[in-house]
Amino acid sequence: MRLPLLVAAGVLSTLVAGWTIFDLGKPAWSPAETKLIASLSLSALPKLPPDPSNAVGDDPAAAALGRALFFDTRLSGNGKVACASCHLPDRQFQDGTPRATGMGKTNRRTMPIAGTAYSPWLFWDGRRDSQWAQALGPLESLVEHGADRTQIARLVAANYAVDYETLFGPLPEVTALPEHATPLGTDAAKTAWTALPEQQRDAVNRVFANVGKAIAAFERTINPRPSRFDAFADALVAGRDTSGLLTRLEADGLRLFVGKAECTKCHNGPLFTDQHFHNTGVPAVAGLPEDQGRIIATAQALADPFNCLGAYSDAGPGDCAELRYMDRDGEDLVRAYKPPSLRGVAVRPPYMHAGQFGSLAAVLRHYNEAPAAPGGHSELKPLAMSETELTALEAFLGTLNETRVGGGQ
Amino acid sequence: MPNMPKSKSPLRLLWLLPVALIGVGGIGVAAMMQPPPADLDLSLTHPTEHGLYVGALEPGVSPIPVGTMQTWTVSVTNPDGTPLEHADLSIDGGMPQHGHGLPTEPQVTEDLGGGRYKVEGMKFNMPGWWTITLKVSGAAGTDSATFNLTL
Repeated sequence: MRLPLLVAAGVLSTLVAGWTIFDLGKPAWSPAETKLIASLSLSALPKLPPDPSNAVGDDPAAAALGRALFFDTRLSGNGKVACASCHLPDRQFQDGTPRATGMGKTNRRTMPIAGTAYSPWLFWDGRRDSQWAQALGPLESLVEHGADRTQIARLVAANYAVDYETLFGPLPEVTALPEHATPLGTDAAKTAWTALPEQQRDAVNRVFANVGKAIAAFERTINPRPSRFDAFADALVAGRDTSGLLTRLEADGLRLFVGKAECTKCHNGPLFTDQHFHNTGVPAVAGLPEDQGRIIATAQALADPFNCLGAYSDAGPGDCAELRYMDRDGEDLVRAYKPPSLRGVAVRPPYMHAGQFGSLAAVLRHYNEAPAAPGGHSELKPLAMSETELTALEAFLGTLNETRVGGGQ
Repeated sequence: MPNMPKSKSPLRLLWLLPVALIGVGGIGVAAMMQPPPADLDLSLTHPTEHGLYVGALEPGVSPIPVGTMQTWTVSVTNPDGTPLEHADLSIDGGMPQHGHGLPTEPQVTEDLGGGRYKVEGMKFNMPGWWTITLKVSGAAGTDSATFNLTL
């Protein structure tokens, strides 16, 4: 081979290598990247499976009743708090504040609702195992709705009797019930609850559970809508032209998301969450009680009378696998929290279970630096990403916003 | 190439540059994507570590899905191929590259007879390389086998 030919071959192959490694031309996606991107598309989301614990979960009449209850401020201790007070329909059913405020101030961030019908575990720590069991928690929390079981049973009988009885059968006699009674509320309400005969407590519990099931039927209708990322992913998978669907920066961010940044370790699948619990070393909030996350919640989920295996569940003997085979303990559950879906995340600050970070940039810096956890062990390792890479990742996350303007129901 | 000169000038080595770059780039990408080892034994039938039994996993669905609760069947035989009846089994797993276990605690829920056992609660919460360890206690003693899965 002659020298000029060798030099020419060298220059040519350098150019080819430059195109390949430094992405000088149109980005090419490897089969592994393409497969991972396909798994994140909304097109890969299966049809919503039924919730066997909620017989009315897919009944439109239940969803209509649930919708009315969701917006009803009378389900509160002061007549001012509805589910929709913190789960704002025009803000992805969350409130944009670090910690929710109802009758008082809670210790956790309001979670968005879209796609939670797919979640085996609800709340940041997964202490409830269905949407309907989840909906019951805030109703009786003194810092959220501050309502109680007999108040809610009486309210349903007074305002929703026909709709309720069409769905669930006859309401119990409520006129003799105390105005306020619950096993969880104020001392007076707890005393009143204890004084009720077991049969009445059971009847009230059933109405209470059915309120949750109706709200869940409404929440099952709240699901994520396609984003620009989905249009890109579907085109890529189909081998269609993807040019113009993502900017160069967004595409760079996507490549990092499925690669170097290791985001898909937890944020995987079409909802961008693995539905499990992870300690990512999120800082504790000064002044709040110690928050242990999932490690405390597993016992709460098992003890919850409204869980899938409980007396008020409609599940059959073969159901409730998530609860029966729940990962119950271990160091990895200490200060572990559920990764929320990343769909719409860019327009949903602040972030983390108590709103610890005000911006996505702050979140990404945290993941890049991987500081030690305040309790338990962080799963993170430093990522050594450059500022340019962090900017690209943030740009990619913006492609997960719904294409449709708004984001409400 | 019979005419290739034995001495190599720096210029003549220029063609090596892109090759080296591709190599380094490839290693970098490999480290990021964390592919499983290339020589991974993906067989779902394995003798146990000390050869006391042979275990077989039957996921019943292919490919094994991510994020879905699954019920598997496990078969155990003695080395001579006869079914191991009434064994005491436990099953666990995790991701060697990530240092975490399964998101669930699977359990043997039924002895199906003929050395076959029903395992409920199998679930994987991310794609990648998983290992499943089957611990078998029978008349010959306790032994275990580890299987590899790539999801």
